[in-house]
Amino acid sequence: MANKLNVIGKPFRKVDARAKCVGQTKFADDIVLPRMLFCKILRSHLPHALIKKVDVSKALAMPGVFAVITGKDLPISYGILPVSQDEHALCINKVRFVGDPVAAVAAIDEDTAFDAMNVIEVEYEPLNTISSIEEAVLIDEPRIHEYGDGGNVHKKVSLEFGNVEDGFAEADLVREDVFFYEGNTHLPMEQHAAVAHYDADQKLTLWSATQTPHYVHRALAKVLEMPASHIRVIATPNGGGFGGKSDPFNHEVAVCKLAMITGRPVKVTLTREEVFYCHRGRHPVLMKVKTGVKNDGAITAMHFQSFLDGGAYGSYGVASTFYTGALQTVTYEVPRYKFQGLRAFTNKPPCGPKRGHGTPQPRYALEVHLDKIAEQLRIDPVDIRRKHLVAPNSVTANYLRVGSMGLDKCIDKVVEGSDWKNRFSGWDPDHRKLPFGKGIGIACSSYICGAGLPIYWNNMPQSGVQLRLDRQGGVCVMCGSIDIGQGSDSILAYIVAEILGIDPFDIRVVTADTDLTPVDLGSYSSRVTLMTGNASIQAAERARELLVMAVAEKLGVPIENLSLAERRVFDVENPELGVSFAEAVVLAESKFGTIGTVGSYTPPRSPGKYKGSGVGPSPAYSYSAAVAEVDVNPDTGIVTVERVWIAHDIGRSINPVLVMGQVEGSVYMGLGEILMEEMTYRTNRNVVHKFPSLLEYKSPTTMEMCDVKTYLIEDPDPNGPYGAKEVGQGPLLPVPPAVANAVYDAVGVRIDEVPITPEKVMRALREKSRGRDGRYGPDSVPPVSWPDPLRVLTPAEGGDGTEMPHVAVHS
Amino acid sequence: MNSKRQIRFRLNGEETEVAFAPHKTLLEVLREDLNLTGTKHGCELGECGTCALLVDGRSILSCLMLGLEAEGREVKTIEGMANGAELHPLQQTFADLGAAQCGYCSPGFLLVAEELLKKSPNPSRAEIQEALSGNLCRCTGYIKIYEAVELAAARMRGESYELPKESIYGLD
Repeated sequence: MANKLNVIGKPFRKVDARAKCVGQTKFADDIVLPRMLFCKILRSHLPHALIKKVDVSKALAMPGVFAVITGKDLPISYGILPVSQDEHALCINKVRFVGDPVAAVAAIDEDTAFDAMNVIEVEYEPLNTISSIEEAVLIDEPRIHEYGDGGNVHKKVSLEFGNVEDGFAEADLVREDVFFYEGNTHLPMEQHAAVAHYDADQKLTLWSATQTPHYVHRALAKVLEMPASHIRVIATPNGGGFGGKSDPFNHEVAVCKLAMITGRPVKVTLTREEVFYCHRGRHPVLMKVKTGVKNDGAITAMHFQSFLDGGAYGSYGVASTFYTGALQTVTYEVPRYKFQGLRAFTNKPPCGPKRGHGTPQPRYALEVHLDKIAEQLRIDPVDIRRKHLVAPNSVTANYLRVGSMGLDKCIDKVVEGSDWKNRFSGWDPDHRKLPFGKGIGIACSSYICGAGLPIYWNNMPQSGVQLRLDRQGGVCVMCGSIDIGQGSDSILAYIVAEILGIDPFDIRVVTADTDLTPVDLGSYSSRVTLMTGNASIQAAERARELLVMAVAEKLGVPIENLSLAERRVFDVENPELGVSFAEAVVLAESKFGTIGTVGSYTPPRSPGKYKGSGVGPSPAYSYSAAVAEVDVNPDTGIVTVERVWIAHDIGRSINPVLVMGQVEGSVYMGLGEILMEEMTYRTNRNVVHKFPSLLEYKSPTTMEMCDVKTYLIEDPDPNGPYGAKEVGQGPLLPVPPAVANAVYDAVGVRIDEVPITPEKVMRALREKSRGRDGRYGPDSVPPVSWPDPLRVLTPAEGGDGTEMPHVAVHS
Repeated sequence: MNSKRQIRFRLNGEETEVAFAPHKTLLEVLREDLNLTGTKHGCELGECGTCALLVDGRSILSCLMLGLEAEGREVKTIEGMANGAELHPLQQTFADLGAAQCGYCSPGFLLVAEELLKKSPNPSRAEIQEALSGNLCRCTGYIKIYEAVELAAARMRGESYELPKESIYGLD
């Protein structure tokens, strides 16, 4: 391979950028097929009720209505995780939240479908509701689901690595804090849409705005009782995903069924209000964290408890629960660690994975908690972090293998850039360096570069890439991955272009089509660059090998002398001697037959073997550090974030301008979460979403977005393609706690509940002015009888990653 | 079913006639009756700016304007922004800087930015923020959008302006 990189690390335009700027990108709702019908879905207006009767006769009798389906038409359940197949495309016996789908109509146009939907008669028998974590823990009946860990508890987990009590006994200080992180939602600008088409040969095609076409494919085969080989799922470019298009959705199943019944294409496009009910967003999480530290800030043990409000269905919730406990150990040394997590069912739209899946909440809690410890120990918050980082190439107490680790460099950059030393108050309100009302705060984080394990157990690769070279010199790269705006299509083109010595724009990229492309598991868990990148390196190197063998024979030069660059294959010692790329393909095709290669990627095995060790392992971890500068108005409580300095350990940028965009977008989304975004419901028994609209669900506009100073730390990871790590999710994580810590620095109050709204700041300031604790946040967690923890000896204790015998193991 | 009404207007510089049910919004007429799906929708309630386009050179939300109101007017959508195959400078810079990530909000941003640069060829960052404050983007954090507008504005003024290196590679 040429030593000099021609494509990797360069700010190329994205391969799909031009289409997006001229209005030619076809999103799902842009698809129009002849004779297409339109679908509307009737949703429950009650949060919890038995369905006694559904009468669709008036709807069916309406002119222009072609079909109406209800729960009995789709009796098979599904769900993203094998352990929680608890959804039906249309509810059968009961509804579990306002927005749960009950019936679906296919009609000649949207207006007719809407009118028909409104004459469907549903008789409900209301049930008592469960509207909070506390209620779910305390109230067993009525149960929202008939499975789980008892009553309205979906899942309880309890893990202990080493003996935390020993660690607390060794500590100079043991501190305990309670935090709450409110739920929020992805709010992609594109509403979910899907079009189904049932061919004359009885094969089904679904176009859908999904981040996970492979999992949708599997769900459709199950629910429709069809061979998967007769179903084709094409993911359309996602108009924003952020995790919100990662589940198989009821509307996708419904249009398929309606297309099969009517024999005509059927489209559904959700309204913005319906998108709020689809949700699968950030879980509200109540957290209690207890940490023992030495006087120098070294952690001796940590006990973390999280309580997740899961909403009405399982979704990714079991994984989310584990994620709230998994990554605490990959930033700072935590020699002993205990995690207890509980996910509750409530009568709200289901929660799931949103950017950072299950980690922004515990990261916020941990980083604010650490700030409080630093103050108690009179240590600079930078030092308490910087001096106790995990070592690169180490294994954590919970058996996560850390490879490259650039957090030290990240911290140095943001500390220097923000002039931390001359601005932080130093825990001394009487000798402030910034005026009262201005403050700065720091936080760090880490994130996975792809989940180590697939969602359903199998031994196959997680990503596959197929390459086809034609005799005219054309190169087509095919991969199941789906571009959700992050640039995954372009990553494929850049890597193949680098290895084959051609221009990225010479390459045709075909992605996310289950008929044409090898399986890639989807755009989630920050896995795509690392996994498709490695798979495309393998496919392209195999193609390169065929080309150089054929060219070496033709030119009579040794294979190792040949280089591919500038659309040529040539002798490095005599660059004049060579052939064009297209001629090279002709030579290879003449010698070997049609040229096609494949590549695939399977992550390395994790050293953890205990039950529950499947969530957290990753081929690599990215690292981020952020310093936020805020202005807090003590008269109004309004927090303005003026600037964020952020450094991200990217391993290596495949394309720096796209990396910058992901960092800036992550800062933006973190800013929205800490300042304003929240999914909130009326607290009476109706559990109605307060504001399922873009106007009232507050998100940052250009007027709220802060200035961002970005540093990219390039420390190539051996497991990443060209050393690359993720950037789509990690940089969000330090932003909320950095802002919370800055608010404390500015006005001396702790807001231990996200989002930090003006009311909360004002309440805390009032408390402080009355001589009380200047704090706003929860005080306790509900009483829970936890199962005996599954105990695992840490690597330092000589453990081998398996749980210890002779203890009751919770299932 | 409502009987259709016909209107005539200039669409992306071309005389256009179209018939549609009178309750339809301009957004729906463009997407459903004229197959111009470049104009997107995010809420259809006037809240997000995604469906913004230019009517007589002024940005409007096409989800809040009836199709009938377009009678006799000049409407410009994203499909009419490039000069043939040659991209508008804003389209070039949005593409080059990754100001279009998912690309769903991009048509609205591009047209509102075009309106801004017509009125104010050398806008300050604050002016750009103000002009684009009615358009929501969930991907970019707006920063690459500002930089794309600034770079395009400079090129349109005929100035040779390079983006600071840190916009592309980060700070040293």
